[in-house]
Amino acid sequence: MKMRFRLLSVSAPIIALTISFGLSSLILLIIGKDPYETFKIMFEYGIRGKSIVSIVNRSIPLYISAIAVAVGFKMGLFNIGVEGQYLMGSLVAAYIGAQFSVLTPLHILFIIIVAVATSSLWAAIAGYLKVEKGIHEVISTIMLNYIGTGLIAYSLTTIFDEPNSDYDLPRTQELPETGKMPPLNKFFNIEDLQDLHGFLVIAILVGIFYYWLVWKTTLGFDLRITGSNPIAAKFSGINPKRLVVIAMITSGAFAGLVGLGPLLGYFHRFTIDFPTGLGFAGIGVALLGRNHPFGMAIGALLFAFLQRSAQILDLNDVPKEIEQMMQAFILLIVVVFYEVIRRFIVKQQIKDASKRTDE
Amino acid sequence: MKLAIKLENITKTYPGVLANSEVSIKINSGDIHAIVGENGAGKSTLMKILYGMVKPDSGKIEIFENNASMSSPKNAINLGIGMVHQHFMLAKNLTVLENIILGIDRPLLKNIKLSKYKSEIQKVMELYSLNIDLNQFVDELSVGEKQRVEIIKVLYRGAKILILDEPTAVLVPQEVKELFKNLRNLKNNGVTVLFISHKLDEVLEIADEISVMRSGQMIDTVANKNVSKTELAEMMIGKSLPTPPKRVTLTNEEVILKVENIKLNDGDGRTIFEDITFDVHKSEILGIAGVEGNGQKEVVEAIIGIQELHSGKVLFKNTNLEGLGTRERLESGISFIPEDRQLQAMIMDMNLTDNVIIGRQNIEKYKSSLGTVKTKNAVIESEKVISTFEVKTPGTNTLATALSGGNQQKFVVGRELEDSPSLLIASQPTRGIDIGAQSLIWEKLRNSRDEGLSVLLISADLEELIGLSDRIIVFYQGKLVKELESENVTPEDLGGYMTGLKK
Repeated sequence: MKMRFRLLSVSAPIIALTISFGLSSLILLIIGKDPYETFKIMFEYGIRGKSIVSIVNRSIPLYISAIAVAVGFKMGLFNIGVEGQYLMGSLVAAYIGAQFSVLTPLHILFIIIVAVATSSLWAAIAGYLKVEKGIHEVISTIMLNYIGTGLIAYSLTTIFDEPNSDYDLPRTQELPETGKMPPLNKFFNIEDLQDLHGFLVIAILVGIFYYWLVWKTTLGFDLRITGSNPIAAKFSGINPKRLVVIAMITSGAFAGLVGLGPLLGYFHRFTIDFPTGLGFAGIGVALLGRNHPFGMAIGALLFAFLQRSAQILDLNDVPKEIEQMMQAFILLIVVVFYEVIRRFIVKQQIKDASKRTDE
Repeated sequence: MKLAIKLENITKTYPGVLANSEVSIKINSGDIHAIVGENGAGKSTLMKILYGMVKPDSGKIEIFENNASMSSPKNAINLGIGMVHQHFMLAKNLTVLENIILGIDRPLLKNIKLSKYKSEIQKVMELYSLNIDLNQFVDELSVGEKQRVEIIKVLYRGAKILILDEPTAVLVPQEVKELFKNLRNLKNNGVTVLFISHKLDEVLEIADEISVMRSGQMIDTVANKNVSKTELAEMMIGKSLPTPPKRVTLTNEEVILKVENIKLNDGDGRTIFEDITFDVHKSEILGIAGVEGNGQKEVVEAIIGIQELHSGKVLFKNTNLEGLGTRERLESGISFIPEDRQLQAMIMDMNLTDNVIIGRQNIEKYKSSLGTVKTKNAVIESEKVISTFEVKTPGTNTLATALSGGNQQKFVVGRELEDSPSLLIASQPTRGIDIGAQSLIWEKLRNSRDEGLSVLLISADLEELIGLSDRIIVFYQGKLVKELESENVTPEDLGGYMTGLKK
């Protein structure tokens, strides 16, 4: 019985994927490109060894960002501020991490702690504003994103800027060797390819931890019942204000890890071209993966695959923006089909229950 | 005699539920015809079919001896059918007059000629002897008056057949009398009234003919004078009525809950309730009577710590509860059955195992030292509740939403009694559920009381309140106006105190 429902849930993203391929093909046809050829090029490019490493590297921050968003979603809290939170965390961690050198594991652990602490503090502001001043978290986190961007721009050019640098653009000092996370290439025998970020291990651990936290602990239980029915949650003795702050801080803590894959594995410093937009992309991945750790992993890999494989399109005279349209199609359609299937499952359960009543 | 409605072999199935099975009924024009049946018997579906909200799978409908097929309520209104829903569809910040004409005209940019409507509506009101001040705001009306507005609204649209869905559920006895007087007037003026209820006394008082439904089938239609209450009840539930267990009052001197002079203001500084003082003894059921909105709901919320008191104190087993959160209060041995099971007591999209934990998620039984949920214990407990409270469900893994209302409520009551609390606060514990579930819950409440449980019972069902309580206190306009021993109280007495007519 349960198996049947699981299969049904999985069918929604597959349907969404198929339809969005169809719609994208239509658009390609309209602009005079051959959809079959286009997808073939994308696919062939996407499954090359180099591409696969790139896809995995890209999916690490996407996945963690999705988890940060999902923690809030689970209790009906919309943390749109993952973007600002991870950028703040990455900047402060990059700066402080470059000031000293200790044994690699300790050094990395320290950088992680600094990033997590900074991001969760930043997120806590939105929690405080909601609980004490009644400001909706969507508004406050969006505003905090802007404020964060300004703060980052200012502090990167002043206090955090690399001293005595002859480099034109502002950037923090490079992390010492002990603060760089070693790549995983030797474990997979792919030393001829580019670095596979060591942060992959942390991302997997984060996924497991997220699952444990939300589905196994009492705190997670409180989050989930507040998300489904805030009134019943309150009547059951949950202090909603306290829970909002906890959820916001937890979400911010996960957000702190988002920028660390690129920071520790590739950039090794915070620069002007440090990847942005991961916080917003995480919202989409959380939706696609339905806040489930496994679903979000698939979602992150899928989006990373689309992003990477679209890189080849410009060379073939196809606008690579088609990839962004596909992502949007997938999200729109999947939301609809998740709801369709959810209703169907509820109907089935009612049917089963009434059968039982007749016996 | 002319027929107002004739239904032949109406069948309607929902996935897994046969809501109406080959239902046939004949309703004489100008009669008051009652349809009785337990919750889930198929009454609502049948009415929705008549009002064009639901299309039957098969069967024939005749209205005033003409074939009819209704595809929308608009259709039904044009055929002369009007419906007064249990929950009123009124805009409370508009006047009565505005509410009645709402949706009739579409004067996008032109002036509404209120005076024209006013005289037309007054004619309708005179014809049927219905009285109401058309200029009053709906917000200021009593429940009974609001209902009258709904009836006028429907009649003004030309209804010759009036469907009333559980019209007395929200009324106090005096208002019920008034309603019945009005319905008789309608009947005398040729209106056919279809009266849906499960309160047999009322049905016997007002109806000319009574149709009984049970599990989607029409059991029988009988003339009022040929049937007794017991016969009706037996037709409804399909078996002999359970006789209520004899009451053994063991009320103890020990005070479990002491409420002293409590007062609550709302955000605007208006008083919700004040000067409320009462005790609940060990092994006692204390009933609270009051028309909705007179402060009883807020008193309960203050006791469990959802509302913060302005002054006064609440002592539970001689401990002042001040400063304690809802969680601490629940864990100290207070159980709570909120009035709305779907909105306040259960998580509809979670299964029964999860639902059994709600309200107790932090006690040792369900929380390990690591902070994880002890799912195994939850499964055991939910199985226990399912078996002792005869909850009909395929298993503990079923979503709460898949259960019928009665089974959901049995589960909630079972959950709240599971950990042998010292005090149970039960708000409308049997509202809107079938007789079977109701009598089981009554029995369990009585048994627990006899074993030492104290109960604070809030109920709009006065029979239930009188039948279960040892003592009853009455709330009116935020004050405790009367305390009564329940032995020799009648619903009429209570209704008098509840509406401020008696003092």
